[in-house]
Amino acid sequence: MALDRPLEDVVALADLTPERSVKDGVVDFVRHRPLGAIGAAVVLLNILAGVFAGVLAPYDPVATDYAAMLSRPSLAHWLGTDAFGRDVLSRILYGARTAMLVGFAVALVGATVGAVIGVTSAYFGGRIDLAIQRVMDIFLSFPLIILALAMVSILGTGLVNVIVAIMIPLIPRASLVTRSSALAIREMPYVDAARAAGYRHRRIILRHMLPNVMAPYLIMLTAFLGQAILLEASLSFLGLGVAEPTPAWGLMLRGAAVQFAETAPWMAVFPGLAISLAVFAFNLFGDSLRDALDPRLRTQ
Amino acid sequence: MLGGRARGPRARGRPLSGEPLLEVRNLTKRFPVGGGLFGGAPGVVRAVDGVSFSIARGETLGLVGESGCGKTTTGRCILQLERPTSGSVLFEGRDLTTLDETALRDVRRRIQVIFQDPYSSLNPRMTIGAIVGEPLAVHRIVPEAAARARRVRDLLSRVGLLPQHARRYPHELSGGQRQRVGIARALAMEPALVICDEPVSALDVSIQAQIINLLEDLQAEFGLTYLFIAHDLAVVRHISDRVAVMYLGRIVEITDRKALYDDPLHPYTKALLAAVPIPDPEIEAGRPRIVLGGEVPSPLNPPPGCVFHPRCPIAVDRCRRVIPDLREVKPGHWAACLLA
Repeated sequence: MALDRPLEDVVALADLTPERSVKDGVVDFVRHRPLGAIGAAVVLLNILAGVFAGVLAPYDPVATDYAAMLSRPSLAHWLGTDAFGRDVLSRILYGARTAMLVGFAVALVGATVGAVIGVTSAYFGGRIDLAIQRVMDIFLSFPLIILALAMVSILGTGLVNVIVAIMIPLIPRASLVTRSSALAIREMPYVDAARAAGYRHRRIILRHMLPNVMAPYLIMLTAFLGQAILLEASLSFLGLGVAEPTPAWGLMLRGAAVQFAETAPWMAVFPGLAISLAVFAFNLFGDSLRDALDPRLRTQ
Repeated sequence: MLGGRARGPRARGRPLSGEPLLEVRNLTKRFPVGGGLFGGAPGVVRAVDGVSFSIARGETLGLVGESGCGKTTTGRCILQLERPTSGSVLFEGRDLTTLDETALRDVRRRIQVIFQDPYSSLNPRMTIGAIVGEPLAVHRIVPEAAARARRVRDLLSRVGLLPQHARRYPHELSGGQRQRVGIARALAMEPALVICDEPVSALDVSIQAQIINLLEDLQAEFGLTYLFIAHDLAVVRHISDRVAVMYLGRIVEITDRKALYDDPLHPYTKALLAAVPIPDPEIEAGRPRIVLGGEVPSPLNPPPGCVFHPRCPIAVDRCRRVIPDLREVKPGHWAACLLA
C-alpha cells in the first residue's frame, strides 16, 4: 500500500507542476498506466454501484425471504441468498454505498485535517511544531486497527462513529507526510513574500502553503480510501463497526456466513471478493497516481 | 497614485532630503549551528555582525558583497523575516525589532521586497491577477472587487505587462515577466521602501537592463527608496546613489557612488573593482589586476583582528590584532581599514 512506502517517496512530490490540462492528463494516465486506469475504472464502478444501489439492486437488501433461505446462485438470486433469505447481490450493492461513504468521508476529512495540521506545524516551526509532532507521534505509535478499535469502544458503533474512529488514526499519518512537504514550501520566497506583505497566519497557511502540498495530499487521499474501506470491513466483521441490518461487506462475512461456510460459501465469497476488489482497485489507482504525479518517475 | 505621469529618470547627484527613512544600527544576526543532541560542538555563524547604515527618502543604497557575506540576511532582518539577534532597525522613526507580529502587520506594507528568483517568488497556484490583487484586498487598499480588478490591470501595464496577463499562471510567463509581476505585487502595497534582493541576478543580460530601467522609472514616479542588494558592481553603479560594501557580515566601506568607484579606500573594494571586466580588450589587457589569495574565511570562525587580513595584499601585523571600526576617512566616505 502506498502508505507503507518510505516517506521520502511521497514527500518528494512537493514540486508538482500543473502544466498540462486535466484532459491531457487523463489521456496520458490511461495510456501510460493501464493498471492504474483499470483500478480507476473499478473504483468508478464501485462509486456508481454505491450511488445507484437503489436502482440496480434487484431486491430490498434488508427484506428477508424465509422461503429462499441459503439458496445457491440462480437466475432469481444471481449471487444467492443468506441465512435470512436476503439477496446477496443486493446487499453487496448497498454495501458498496456504505463502503464508499465511509471511504470517502474518512479519506477526505482525514487527509484534509491532517494536511492542515501538518502545514500549520511546519509553518510555525519551533516549539509549536515540536508539540504538535509529539502528539502525532503518540497516535502513530499505535497500529491503525488497534487505535480504531479503541476509538469505537469509546464512541460506540454506528456509521458516523465508525467514520470518526477510522479517521482519527489516519490524521497523524497525513500530517506527517504533508508536514515534510510543507517544510520545503515554508522556505519558498513566495511564502516570504506573503509574510512580508503582512498577511495573517491563516491566510498564508491556507492560501499560500496548503495548495502547494496538493500532490502528497492527493496520494494520501487515494491511499486512505483503500485503507478506510478495509478498516471499516474489519471493524464490521468484528462486530464493532456498522450494525445489522445495515448492509456492509464486513458484516456479511460474519455470523451465519461463518457457520454455513461449507454449505453456502457464496455468502462469504462474494462480499469477500467485493472487499478485495475495491481495496485492490483503490491501491492500484493510488499507486499509479503517485507515479504519475512524481516528477522523477514521469520521464520513465 | 497610479495615474501619475513618470517624471523621467531622476537627475543624479541632486541633494536628497536629510531625514533618513531607514536607519539600521549595529544590526547583528547570529545563527546557531550544530550542538544538537548528538550534533557535536555547537557553533555560531555571525551572518551579520554589527552593521549600521541609513537610507534617506528617495535614495538608493547599493549593498554589494560576494555570496555568503550577509547582504541577503541584512535585507531579511530589515523586513523582519528574520528577527535580528541584536541591534535596531528604525523605519519612519519606529524600531521594528521591538514590534510584535500584530504591530508589524501595518508597517509591513510600507516595506516591500523583490526577490532574486522570479520562479519561486510567485505562488504557482495563484493567477497573476490574484497575486497582485491579494494585497489590495487584504490591506483594504482597494476593497471593492471591480475597482480592484481595474487597479490590478493598471499595475500590470505600469510594469510593462498586458492586462490579459492577470488570468495567467506564473508558469506561463518568462523570467523577466515574472519579475515584473513581483514588482507589481510590491508596488500594489504603495510602499515607501523596497528591498531589492538581487532582482536581476537570475535574468538574462538583455532583460536585466529592462528591469533596472523599470525600477528607476518607478522610483521617480512613486518616490520610492531602494535598498539594492547585488553582487554585480556594474548594476549597482548604475542604480545607486551610495554604495555599501560588505565582507563576512560587516560593512567595510560605504560612500557615494562616485567616490567608491573612482577612489576606493578599502583594499577589498579595490580588489572587487579590479575584478570587473572592462569591455575593451586593450584596456582590459593592460590594466593592473589585484588577485585575492585564498577563500573567504568561515563565518563560523572568523579570523581575529580585521576579518579581511588573511587575504589582504597590504595587511600589516597590527591588522591581525586590531578590529578596525568603520571611520570617516574623508568627508562622507567611511571605510573599515586601519591603513586607509
